[in-house]
Amino acid sequence: MLTLSNINASYGDVQILRDLSLTARSGETLCLLGRNGAGKTTTLKTIMGLIRAKSGSITLDGEELTTLPPHEVPKRGIGYVPQGRRLFAEMTVAENLEIGLMTRGRGRAVRERMLDLFPVLRERYRQISGTLSGGEQQMLAMARALCLEPRVLLLDEPTEGLQPSMIALIRDVVVDLKQTDVATILVEQRVDAVLSIADRVVFIENGQSREEADAETLRANPDLVRRYVGIA
Amino acid sequence: MDLTSLLPFEMPHPALLAAGVLEGTVLAAVLALTALGLSIVFGFMRVVNVAHGEFYMLGAVLAWFVTDLVSRTIGGPPWLAFGIALMVCPLTVAAIAALCDRMILKRLNYDPEATIVATIGILYILQQLALTFYGPDARPVQAPFDFRIQLPWFGYSGYKLIVVAASIVLMLIVWLVLTRTKIGIIMRATQYDRETAQAFGIPVDRVYAGVFALGAGLAAIGAVLIVPIQQAHYLMGGEPLLLAFIVVILGGLGSLRGTIVAAIFIGLSDGIISTLYEPTLAKILATLLVAMVLVFRPQGLFGTRAA
Repeated sequence: MLTLSNINASYGDVQILRDLSLTARSGETLCLLGRNGAGKTTTLKTIMGLIRAKSGSITLDGEELTTLPPHEVPKRGIGYVPQGRRLFAEMTVAENLEIGLMTRGRGRAVRERMLDLFPVLRERYRQISGTLSGGEQQMLAMARALCLEPRVLLLDEPTEGLQPSMIALIRDVVVDLKQTDVATILVEQRVDAVLSIADRVVFIENGQSREEADAETLRANPDLVRRYVGIA
Repeated sequence: MDLTSLLPFEMPHPALLAAGVLEGTVLAAVLALTALGLSIVFGFMRVVNVAHGEFYMLGAVLAWFVTDLVSRTIGGPPWLAFGIALMVCPLTVAAIAALCDRMILKRLNYDPEATIVATIGILYILQQLALTFYGPDARPVQAPFDFRIQLPWFGYSGYKLIVVAASIVLMLIVWLVLTRTKIGIIMRATQYDRETAQAFGIPVDRVYAGVFALGAGLAAIGAVLIVPIQQAHYLMGGEPLLLAFIVVILGGLGSLRGTIVAAIFIGLSDGIISTLYEPTLAKILATLLVAMVLVFRPQGLFGTRAA
Protein backbone atom coordinates (compact mmCIF):
# COMPACT_ATOMS: atom_id res chain seq x y z
CA MET A 1 0.00 0.00 0.00
CA LEU A 2 1.31 3.43 -0.98
CA THR A 3 0.44 6.24 1.41
CA LEU A 4 1.05 9.95 1.02
CA SER A 5 0.54 11.97 4.20
CA ASN A 6 0.52 15.77 4.29
CA ILE A 7 2.95 16.17 1.40
CA ASN A 8 4.24 19.65 0.59
CA ALA A 9 6.34 20.12 -2.54
CA SER A 10 7.55 23.06 -4.63
CA TYR A 11 9.09 23.96 -7.95
CA GLY A 12 11.69 26.45 -6.76
CA ASP A 13 9.81 29.04 -4.72
CA VAL A 14 6.40 28.08 -6.10
CA GLN A 15 4.59 25.68 -3.81
CA ILE A 16 2.57 23.13 -5.79
CA LEU A 17 1.45 20.48 -3.29
CA ARG A 18 -0.12 21.56 -0.01
CA ASP A 19 -0.63 18.93 2.66
CA LEU A 20 -1.68 16.42 0.02
CA SER A 21 -2.71 13.01 1.32
CA LEU A 22 -3.89 9.89 -0.47
CA THR A 23 -3.63 6.12 -0.36
CA ALA A 24 -3.35 3.55 -3.17
CA ARG A 25 -4.15 -0.03 -2.20
CA SER A 26 -2.85 -3.20 -3.82
CA GLY A 27 -4.83 -4.27 -6.86
CA GLU A 28 -6.80 -1.06 -7.23
CA THR A 29 -6.75 1.69 -9.82
CA LEU A 30 -6.72 5.11 -8.25
CA CYS A 31 -7.27 8.05 -10.58
CA LEU A 32 -6.21 11.61 -9.91
CA LEU A 33 -8.52 14.15 -11.51
CA GLY A 34 -8.16 17.89 -11.56
CA ARG A 35 -7.72 20.90 -13.77
CA ASN A 36 -4.42 21.72 -15.51
CA GLY A 37 -1.88 22.88 -12.96
CA ALA A 38 -3.74 21.31 -10.04
CA GLY A 39 -0.68 19.27 -9.05
CA LYS A 40 -1.39 15.80 -10.51
CA THR A 41 1.92 15.34 -12.34
CA THR A 42 3.78 16.92 -9.43
CA THR A 43 2.21 14.30 -7.15
CA LEU A 44 3.60 11.49 -9.30
CA LYS A 45 7.03 13.13 -9.55
CA THR A 46 7.11 13.62 -5.80
CA ILE A 47 6.30 9.95 -5.24
CA MET A 48 9.25 9.10 -7.56
CA GLY A 49 11.53 11.45 -5.62
CA LEU A 50 12.13 13.54 -8.74
CA ILE A 51 10.72 16.49 -6.82
CA ARG A 52 11.75 16.53 -3.19
CA ALA A 53 8.91 16.63 -0.66
CA LYS A 54 9.55 19.55 1.70
CA SER A 55 7.54 17.89 4.42
CA GLY A 56 5.19 15.00 4.90
CA SER A 57 5.63 11.31 4.40
CA ILE A 58 5.39 8.81 1.53
CA THR A 59 5.46 5.17 2.55
CA LEU A 60 5.31 1.95 0.55
CA ASP A 61 4.16 -0.93 2.74
CA GLY A 62 5.52 0.96 5.73
CA GLU A 63 8.90 1.91 4.22
CA GLU A 64 9.58 5.64 4.09
CA LEU A 65 10.44 6.81 0.56
CA THR A 66 11.02 10.55 1.03
CA THR A 67 14.47 9.99 2.56
CA LEU A 68 15.67 7.84 -0.36
CA PRO A 69 17.68 9.27 -3.27
CA PRO A 70 15.53 9.33 -6.44
CA HIS A 71 17.26 6.35 -8.08
CA GLU A 72 16.41 4.12 -5.10
CA VAL A 73 12.64 4.72 -5.35
CA PRO A 74 12.03 2.56 -8.48
CA LYS A 75 14.11 -0.22 -6.93
CA ARG A 76 11.47 -0.44 -4.19
CA GLY A 77 8.96 -1.38 -6.87
CA ILE A 78 7.45 1.82 -8.24
CA GLY A 79 7.16 1.96 -12.01
CA TYR A 80 6.62 5.27 -13.78
CA VAL A 81 5.22 6.08 -17.20
CA PRO A 82 5.84 9.83 -17.53
CA GLN A 83 3.71 12.26 -19.44
CA GLY A 84 4.84 12.36 -23.07
CA ARG A 85 6.40 8.87 -22.63
CA ARG A 86 9.95 10.21 -22.19
CA LEU A 87 11.50 7.24 -23.99
CA PHE A 88 15.23 7.24 -24.60
CA ALA A 89 14.42 8.18 -28.17
CA GLU A 90 17.83 7.51 -29.71
CA MET A 91 18.03 4.04 -28.21
CA THR A 92 16.41 0.89 -29.57
CA VAL A 93 13.28 -0.78 -28.24
CA ALA A 94 15.53 -3.53 -26.83
CA GLU A 95 17.72 -1.01 -24.98
CA ASN A 96 14.72 0.81 -23.51
CA LEU A 97 13.38 -2.47 -22.19
CA GLU A 98 16.83 -3.40 -20.89
CA ILE A 99 16.86 -0.26 -18.73
CA GLY A 100 13.55 -1.31 -17.19
CA LEU A 101 14.87 -4.83 -16.59
CA MET A 102 18.10 -3.59 -15.03
CA THR A 103 16.30 -1.46 -12.45
CA ARG A 104 15.26 -4.41 -10.31
CA GLY A 105 17.51 -7.07 -11.84
CA ARG A 106 14.76 -8.75 -13.86
CA GLY A 107 15.72 -11.06 -16.69
CA ARG A 108 14.72 -12.73 -19.91
CA ALA A 109 11.44 -14.20 -18.64
CA VAL A 110 10.03 -10.76 -17.80
CA ARG A 111 11.18 -9.37 -21.16
CA GLU A 112 9.45 -12.22 -22.99
CA ARG A 113 6.28 -11.54 -21.02
CA MET A 114 6.37 -7.89 -22.08
CA LEU A 115 6.92 -8.82 -25.71
CA ASP A 116 3.97 -11.22 -25.49
CA LEU A 117 1.85 -8.48 -23.93
CA PHE A 118 2.82 -5.99 -26.65
CA PRO A 119 3.64 -8.16 -29.72
CA VAL A 120 4.36 -5.13 -31.92
CA LEU A 121 7.43 -4.43 -29.76
CA ARG A 122 8.85 -7.82 -30.75
CA GLU A 123 8.54 -6.80 -34.41
CA ARG A 124 10.21 -3.46 -33.68
CA TYR A 125 12.75 -4.89 -31.25
CA ARG A 126 15.88 -3.48 -32.98
CA GLN A 127 14.22 -0.27 -34.13
CA ILE A 128 15.20 3.13 -32.71
CA SER A 129 12.37 3.98 -30.33
CA GLY A 130 12.07 7.58 -31.54
CA THR A 131 10.94 6.26 -34.93
CA LEU A 132 7.96 4.31 -33.51
CA SER A 133 4.40 5.58 -33.91
CA GLY A 134 2.80 7.37 -30.94
CA GLY A 135 0.85 4.28 -29.93
CA GLU A 136 3.88 2.01 -30.19
CA GLN A 137 5.89 4.48 -28.12
CA GLN A 138 3.23 4.41 -25.42
CA MET A 139 3.30 0.61 -25.41
CA LEU A 140 7.07 0.71 -25.02
CA ALA A 141 6.80 3.22 -22.18
CA MET A 142 4.30 0.91 -20.44
CA ALA A 143 6.41 -2.19 -21.10
CA ARG A 144 9.56 -0.45 -19.84
CA ALA A 145 7.83 0.41 -16.57
CA LEU A 146 6.27 -3.05 -16.26
CA CYS A 147 9.74 -4.62 -16.68
CA LEU A 148 10.32 -3.53 -13.07
CA GLU A 149 7.48 -5.89 -12.00
CA PRO A 150 6.24 -2.94 -9.95
CA ARG A 151 4.09 -3.04 -6.85
CA VAL A 152 2.83 0.42 -7.76
CA LEU A 153 2.52 1.77 -11.31
CA LEU A 154 2.24 5.51 -11.92
CA LEU A 155 0.70 6.45 -15.27
CA ASP A 156 0.71 10.08 -16.35
CA GLU A 157 -1.81 10.68 -19.14
CA PRO A 158 -1.11 7.42 -20.97
CA THR A 159 -3.85 7.93 -23.56
CA GLU A 160 -2.78 11.44 -24.58
CA GLY A 161 -2.82 11.78 -28.37
CA LEU A 162 -3.63 8.14 -29.06
CA GLN A 163 -6.17 6.62 -31.41
CA PRO A 164 -9.15 4.73 -29.90
CA SER A 165 -7.74 1.23 -30.57
CA MET A 166 -4.57 2.10 -28.65
CA ILE A 167 -6.56 3.61 -25.81
CA ALA A 168 -8.55 0.36 -25.57
CA LEU A 169 -5.34 -1.67 -25.46
CA ILE A 170 -3.85 0.44 -22.66
CA ARG A 171 -7.15 0.27 -20.78
CA ASP A 172 -7.04 -3.56 -21.03
CA VAL A 173 -3.49 -3.63 -19.66
CA VAL A 174 -4.48 -1.45 -16.69
CA VAL A 175 -7.54 -3.59 -16.00
CA ASP A 176 -5.39 -6.78 -16.14
CA LEU A 177 -2.97 -5.27 -13.62
CA LYS A 178 -5.72 -5.42 -11.01
CA GLN A 179 -5.47 -9.21 -11.08
CA THR A 180 -1.78 -9.03 -10.15
CA ASP A 181 -2.15 -6.92 -6.98
CA VAL A 182 -0.41 -3.96 -8.61
CA ALA A 183 -1.68 -0.61 -7.37
CA THR A 184 -2.09 1.81 -10.27
CA ILE A 185 -2.20 5.57 -9.87
CA LEU A 186 -3.51 7.11 -13.05
CA VAL A 187 -3.47 10.76 -14.05
CA GLU A 188 -5.84 11.23 -16.91
CA GLN A 189 -7.72 14.12 -18.52
CA ARG A 190 -10.28 11.90 -20.29
CA VAL A 191 -13.06 11.53 -17.75
CA ASP A 192 -14.76 8.71 -19.71
CA ALA A 193 -11.55 6.70 -19.63
CA VAL A 194 -11.14 7.36 -15.93
CA LEU A 195 -14.65 6.26 -15.05
CA SER A 196 -14.34 3.09 -17.12
CA ILE A 197 -11.27 1.75 -15.30
CA ALA A 198 -10.97 3.52 -11.95
CA ASP A 199 -11.89 1.96 -8.63
CA ARG A 200 -11.55 5.26 -6.82
CA VAL A 201 -11.01 8.86 -7.87
CA VAL A 202 -9.22 11.57 -5.89
CA PHE A 203 -9.92 15.15 -6.94
CA ILE A 204 -6.94 17.44 -6.70
CA GLU A 205 -7.32 21.20 -6.57
CA ASN A 206 -4.58 23.75 -5.82
CA GLY A 207 -2.23 20.99 -4.74
CA GLN A 208 -4.63 19.49 -2.22
CA SER A 209 -6.67 16.30 -2.33
CA ARG A 210 -10.15 17.77 -1.98
CA GLU A 211 -12.51 14.88 -2.30
CA GLU A 212 -12.49 11.16 -2.88
CA ALA A 213 -15.18 8.98 -4.41
CA ASP A 214 -15.55 5.55 -5.94
CA ALA A 215 -16.12 5.37 -9.69
CA GLU A 216 -19.64 4.03 -9.32
CA THR A 217 -20.71 7.05 -7.28
CA LEU A 218 -19.20 9.40 -9.86
CA ARG A 219 -20.96 7.72 -12.74
CA ALA A 220 -24.22 8.37 -10.90
CA ASN A 221 -23.22 11.90 -9.92
CA PRO A 222 -21.54 13.74 -12.84
CA ASP A 223 -21.92 17.10 -11.05
CA LEU A 224 -19.04 16.20 -8.79
CA VAL A 225 -16.77 15.64 -11.77
CA ARG A 226 -17.96 18.87 -13.36
CA ARG A 227 -17.16 20.82 -10.21
CA TYR A 228 -13.48 19.81 -10.17
CA VAL A 229 -12.69 19.24 -13.82
CA GLY A 230 -15.17 21.48 -15.59
CA ILE A 231 -16.50 18.69 -17.83
CA ALA A 232 -18.28 15.40 -17.31
CA MET B 1 55.09 12.72 -69.61
CA ASP B 2 55.85 13.51 -65.99
CA LEU B 3 52.52 14.70 -64.53
CA THR B 4 54.19 16.24 -61.47
CA SER B 5 55.63 18.93 -63.76
CA LEU B 6 52.04 20.25 -64.20
CA LEU B 7 51.57 20.88 -60.47
CA PRO B 8 51.76 24.53 -59.31
CA PHE B 9 54.07 23.51 -56.45
CA GLU B 10 57.07 21.29 -56.09
CA MET B 11 56.24 17.74 -54.98
CA PRO B 12 58.01 16.90 -51.73
CA HIS B 13 60.38 14.01 -51.64
CA PRO B 14 58.49 10.75 -50.89
CA ALA B 15 60.67 10.17 -47.81
CA LEU B 16 59.70 13.53 -46.36
CA LEU B 17 56.03 12.92 -47.15
CA ALA B 18 56.16 9.44 -45.57
CA ALA B 19 57.77 10.90 -42.44
CA GLY B 20 55.06 13.54 -42.25
CA VAL B 21 52.29 10.96 -42.65
CA LEU B 22 53.83 8.71 -39.98
CA GLU B 23 54.32 11.56 -37.50
CA GLY B 24 50.80 12.78 -38.27
CA THR B 25 49.38 9.31 -37.67
CA VAL B 26 51.04 9.13 -34.24
CA LEU B 27 49.72 12.61 -33.37
CA ALA B 28 46.26 11.69 -34.66
CA ALA B 29 46.19 8.54 -32.53
CA VAL B 30 47.07 10.33 -29.29
CA LEU B 31 44.91 13.31 -30.18
CA ALA B 32 41.94 11.05 -30.85
CA LEU B 33 42.25 9.56 -27.36
CA THR B 34 42.61 12.95 -25.71
CA ALA B 35 39.81 14.58 -27.70
CA LEU B 36 37.57 11.56 -27.19
CA GLY B 37 37.83 12.16 -23.43
CA LEU B 38 36.88 15.82 -23.87
CA SER B 39 34.03 14.92 -26.22
CA ILE B 40 32.64 12.22 -23.91
CA VAL B 41 32.59 14.63 -20.96
CA PHE B 42 30.80 17.29 -23.01
CA GLY B 43 28.48 14.84 -24.77
CA PHE B 44 27.31 13.09 -21.63
CA MET B 45 27.53 15.84 -19.02
CA ARG B 46 27.36 19.08 -21.04
CA VAL B 47 30.49 20.16 -19.17
CA VAL B 48 33.22 22.00 -21.10
CA ASN B 49 36.24 20.67 -19.23
CA VAL B 50 38.91 23.34 -19.51
CA ALA B 51 41.10 21.29 -17.13
CA HIS B 52 41.25 18.39 -19.61
CA GLY B 53 44.79 19.26 -20.70
CA GLU B 54 45.93 19.21 -17.07
CA PHE B 55 44.64 15.66 -16.63
CA TYR B 56 46.79 14.85 -19.68
CA MET B 57 49.76 16.59 -18.05
CA LEU B 58 49.10 14.76 -14.79
CA GLY B 59 49.17 11.43 -16.64
CA ALA B 60 52.59 12.26 -18.11
CA VAL B 61 54.07 13.58 -14.87
CA LEU B 62 52.79 10.60 -12.88
CA ALA B 63 54.23 8.30 -15.56
CA TRP B 64 57.65 9.82 -14.88
CA PHE B 65 57.22 9.35 -11.11
CA VAL B 66 56.05 5.73 -11.47
CA THR B 67 58.69 4.63 -13.99
CA ASP B 68 61.39 6.36 -11.97
CA LEU B 69 60.19 4.72 -8.76
CA VAL B 70 59.88 1.25 -10.31
CA SER B 71 63.28 1.38 -12.02
CA ARG B 72 64.94 2.56 -8.77
CA THR B 73 63.22 0.04 -6.49
CA ILE B 74 62.27 -3.07 -8.48
CA GLY B 75 64.49 -2.56 -11.49
CA GLY B 76 63.86 -4.86 -14.47
CA PRO B 77 63.38 -4.07 -18.15
CA PRO B 78 61.94 -0.71 -19.27
CA TRP B 79 58.65 -2.31 -20.39
CA LEU B 80 57.92 -3.40 -16.81
CA ALA B 81 58.10 0.13 -15.37
CA PHE B 82 56.20 1.48 -18.37
CA GLY B 83 53.52 -1.22 -18.12
CA ILE B 84 52.97 -0.41 -14.45
CA ALA B 85 52.76 3.31 -15.27
CA LEU B 86 50.26 2.58 -18.05
CA MET B 87 48.00 0.84 -15.56
CA VAL B 88 48.50 3.02 -12.47
CA CYS B 89 48.61 6.55 -13.92
CA PRO B 90 45.30 6.61 -15.84
CA LEU B 91 43.54 5.05 -12.85
CA THR B 92 45.07 7.62 -10.49
CA VAL B 93 44.12 10.49 -12.79
CA ALA B 94 40.61 9.05 -13.17
CA ALA B 95 40.28 8.89 -9.37
CA ILE B 96 41.42 12.52 -9.06
CA ALA B 97 38.90 13.52 -11.73
CA ALA B 98 36.11 11.64 -9.94
CA LEU B 99 37.06 13.47 -6.75
CA CYS B 100 36.93 16.83 -8.58
CA ASP B 101 33.49 15.87 -9.87
CA ARG B 102 32.11 14.99 -6.45
CA MET B 103 33.72 17.94 -4.65
CA ILE B 104 33.19 20.67 -7.23
CA LEU B 105 31.06 19.92 -10.30
CA LYS B 106 28.29 18.08 -8.47
CA ARG B 107 27.93 20.97 -6.03
CA LEU B 108 27.43 23.29 -8.99
CA ASN B 109 24.68 20.96 -10.23
CA TYR B 110 26.68 20.68 -13.49
CA ASP B 111 25.60 24.16 -14.53
CA PRO B 112 27.29 24.66 -17.93
CA GLU B 113 28.59 28.17 -17.22
CA ALA B 114 29.66 27.61 -13.61
CA THR B 115 31.53 24.43 -14.53
CA ILE B 116 33.62 26.30 -17.12
CA VAL B 117 34.83 28.65 -14.39
CA ALA B 118 35.30 25.74 -11.99
CA THR B 119 37.39 23.72 -14.45
CA ILE B 120 39.57 26.78 -15.09
CA GLY B 121 40.17 26.74 -11.34
CA ILE B 122 40.98 23.01 -11.43
CA LEU B 123 43.40 23.72 -14.30
CA TYR B 124 45.43 26.17 -12.21
CA ILE B 125 45.34 24.02 -9.07
CA LEU B 126 46.64 20.94 -10.92
CA GLN B 127 49.25 22.97 -12.79
CA GLN B 128 50.59 24.59 -9.64
CA LEU B 129 50.57 21.29 -7.75
CA ALA B 130 52.64 19.76 -10.55
CA LEU B 131 55.06 22.71 -10.43
CA THR B 132 55.35 22.37 -6.65
CA PHE B 133 55.92 18.62 -6.46
CA TYR B 134 57.43 17.84 -9.88
CA GLY B 135 59.29 21.06 -10.61
CA PRO B 136 59.79 23.13 -13.74
CA ASP B 137 62.03 20.65 -15.57
CA ALA B 138 61.03 18.55 -18.56
CA ARG B 139 61.91 14.92 -17.86
CA PRO B 140 62.07 11.93 -20.21
CA VAL B 141 60.52 8.51 -19.74
CA GLN B 142 62.29 5.60 -21.36
CA ALA B 143 60.34 3.88 -24.14
CA PRO B 144 59.29 0.32 -23.23
CA PHE B 145 60.56 -1.05 -26.55
CA ASP B 146 63.51 0.02 -28.61
CA PHE B 147 63.25 -1.28 -32.14
CA ARG B 148 63.03 0.27 -35.55
CA ILE B 149 61.05 -0.71 -38.59
CA GLN B 150 63.04 -0.27 -41.78
CA LEU B 151 61.18 1.61 -44.51
CA PRO B 152 62.60 2.12 -48.04
CA TRP B 153 64.03 5.54 -47.09
CA PHE B 154 64.60 5.41 -43.33
CA GLY B 155 64.06 3.41 -40.16
CA TYR B 156 61.04 4.38 -38.05
CA SER B 157 60.43 3.94 -34.33
CA GLY B 158 58.50 0.73 -33.69
CA TYR B 159 57.24 2.18 -30.41
CA LYS B 160 55.43 4.98 -32.25
CA LEU B 161 53.59 2.42 -34.35
CA ILE B 162 52.66 0.57 -31.17
CA VAL B 163 51.21 3.84 -29.84
CA VAL B 164 49.01 4.03 -32.94
CA ALA B 165 47.88 0.41 -32.54
CA ALA B 166 47.20 0.88 -28.81
CA SER B 167 45.09 3.99 -29.49
CA ILE B 168 43.03 2.17 -32.09
CA VAL B 169 42.44 -0.75 -29.68
CA LEU B 170 41.47 1.63 -26.86
CA MET B 171 39.03 3.56 -29.06
CA LEU B 172 37.46 0.29 -30.17
CA ILE B 173 37.07 -0.73 -26.52
CA VAL B 174 35.42 2.62 -25.68
CA TRP B 175 33.08 2.24 -28.65
CA LEU B 176 32.18 -1.34 -27.66
CA VAL B 177 31.56 -0.31 -24.05
CA LEU B 178 29.30 2.57 -25.10
CA THR B 179 27.29 0.64 -27.67
CA ARG B 180 27.31 -2.99 -26.57
CA THR B 181 27.33 -3.13 -22.79
CA LYS B 182 24.93 -2.39 -19.95
CA ILE B 183 27.31 0.32 -18.72
CA GLY B 184 27.02 1.96 -22.14
CA ILE B 185 23.21 1.78 -22.02
CA ILE B 186 23.22 3.40 -18.57
CA MET B 187 25.59 6.15 -19.75
CA ARG B 188 23.55 6.89 -22.85
CA ALA B 189 20.25 6.87 -20.94
CA THR B 190 21.72 9.44 -18.55
CA GLN B 191 22.90 11.50 -21.50
CA TYR B 192 19.49 11.52 -23.21
CA ASP B 193 17.22 12.15 -20.21
CA ARG B 194 18.65 12.60 -16.73
CA GLU B 195 15.28 12.68 -14.94
CA THR B 196 13.85 9.59 -16.61
CA ALA B 197 17.14 7.77 -16.02
CA GLN B 198 16.71 8.42 -12.30
CA ALA B 199 13.14 7.15 -12.49
CA PHE B 200 14.61 3.86 -13.68
CA GLY B 201 17.10 3.43 -10.89
CA ILE B 202 20.15 4.97 -12.56
CA PRO B 203 22.33 6.84 -10.05
CA VAL B 204 22.97 9.83 -12.27
CA ASP B 205 25.53 11.45 -9.95
CA ARG B 206 27.65 8.32 -9.96
CA VAL B 207 27.36 8.03 -13.73
CA TYR B 208 28.57 11.62 -14.09
CA ALA B 209 31.53 10.97 -11.79
CA GLY B 210 32.35 7.87 -13.86
CA VAL B 211 32.09 9.77 -17.16
CA PHE B 212 34.32 12.58 -15.88
CA ALA B 213 36.82 9.99 -14.65
CA LEU B 214 36.70 8.16 -17.99
CA GLY B 215 37.35 11.38 -19.91
CA ALA B 216 40.33 12.25 -17.74
CA GLY B 217 41.56 8.65 -17.81
CA LEU B 218 41.58 8.65 -21.62
CA ALA B 219 43.64 11.85 -21.64
CA ALA B 220 46.03 10.27 -19.15
CA ILE B 221 46.42 7.12 -21.28
CA GLY B 222 47.26 9.34 -24.24
CA ALA B 223 49.84 11.15 -22.13
CA VAL B 224 51.48 7.96 -20.81
CA LEU B 225 51.73 6.66 -24.36
CA ILE B 226 53.26 9.90 -25.65
CA VAL B 227 55.67 10.61 -22.81
CA PRO B 228 58.48 8.39 -24.16
CA ILE B 229 58.25 10.52 -27.33
CA GLN B 230 57.79 13.94 -25.70
CA GLN B 231 59.09 14.79 -22.25
CA ALA B 232 56.86 15.27 -19.20
CA HIS B 233 56.51 18.92 -18.21
CA TYR B 234 54.10 20.80 -15.97
CA LEU B 235 53.02 23.14 -18.80
CA MET B 236 52.52 20.39 -21.39
CA GLY B 237 48.69 20.40 -21.02
CA GLY B 238 48.12 23.56 -23.05
CA GLU B 239 48.78 22.26 -26.55
CA PRO B 240 46.74 19.03 -26.30
CA LEU B 241 43.86 21.04 -24.81
CA LEU B 242 43.95 23.46 -27.74
CA LEU B 243 44.17 20.64 -30.28
CA ALA B 244 41.46 18.64 -28.50
CA PHE B 245 39.13 21.66 -28.59
CA ILE B 246 39.91 22.16 -32.28
CA VAL B 247 39.10 18.50 -32.93
CA VAL B 248 35.91 18.51 -30.87
CA ILE B 249 34.63 21.73 -32.46
CA LEU B 250 35.49 20.45 -35.92
CA GLY B 251 33.91 17.03 -35.37
CA GLY B 252 30.86 18.41 -33.58
CA LEU B 253 30.49 18.82 -29.83
CA GLY B 254 29.58 15.50 -28.29
CA SER B 255 29.86 13.50 -31.54
CA LEU B 256 32.28 10.65 -30.90
CA ARG B 257 32.43 9.68 -34.58
CA GLY B 258 33.12 13.30 -35.53
CA THR B 259 35.81 13.54 -32.88
CA ILE B 260 37.72 10.57 -34.27
CA VAL B 261 37.40 11.69 -37.90
CA ALA B 262 38.50 15.23 -36.99
CA ALA B 263 41.41 13.91 -34.90
CA ILE B 264 42.67 11.89 -37.85
CA PHE B 265 42.34 14.92 -40.13
CA ILE B 266 44.00 17.40 -37.74
CA GLY B 267 46.69 14.93 -36.70
CA LEU B 268 47.64 14.02 -40.24
CA SER B 269 47.57 17.61 -41.51
CA ASP B 270 49.60 18.78 -38.49
CA GLY B 271 52.16 16.02 -39.01
CA ILE B 272 52.53 16.60 -42.74
CA ILE B 273 52.57 20.41 -42.61
CA SER B 274 54.94 20.43 -39.61
CA THR B 275 57.35 18.08 -41.40
CA LEU B 276 57.22 19.77 -44.79
CA TYR B 277 56.92 23.39 -43.67
CA GLU B 278 56.55 24.77 -40.13
CA PRO B 279 54.78 23.50 -36.98
CA THR B 280 53.43 27.02 -36.43
CA LEU B 281 51.86 27.00 -39.91
CA ALA B 282 50.05 23.76 -39.03
CA LYS B 283 48.53 25.37 -35.92
CA ILE B 284 47.57 28.53 -37.84
CA LEU B 285 45.79 26.49 -40.52
CA ALA B 286 43.99 24.35 -37.93
CA THR B 287 42.82 27.46 -36.07
CA LEU B 288 41.66 29.03 -39.35
CA LEU B 289 39.75 25.86 -40.17
CA VAL B 290 38.00 25.95 -36.80
CA ALA B 291 37.12 29.62 -37.33
CA MET B 292 35.57 28.72 -40.70
CA VAL B 293 33.64 25.82 -39.22
CA LEU B 294 32.33 28.07 -36.45
CA VAL B 295 31.15 30.61 -39.02
CA PHE B 296 29.68 28.28 -41.66
CA ARG B 297 28.75 25.13 -39.69
CA PRO B 298 28.78 25.95 -35.96
CA GLN B 299 27.47 22.50 -34.99
CA GLY B 300 30.64 20.93 -36.46
CA LEU B 301 30.97 18.45 -39.30
CA PHE B 302 29.12 15.61 -37.56
CA GLY B 303 27.22 17.46 -34.81
CA THR B 304 23.51 18.20 -34.83
CA ARG B 305 22.15 21.70 -34.58
CA ALA B 306 20.58 22.48 -31.22
CA ALA B 307 16.78 22.69 -31.34
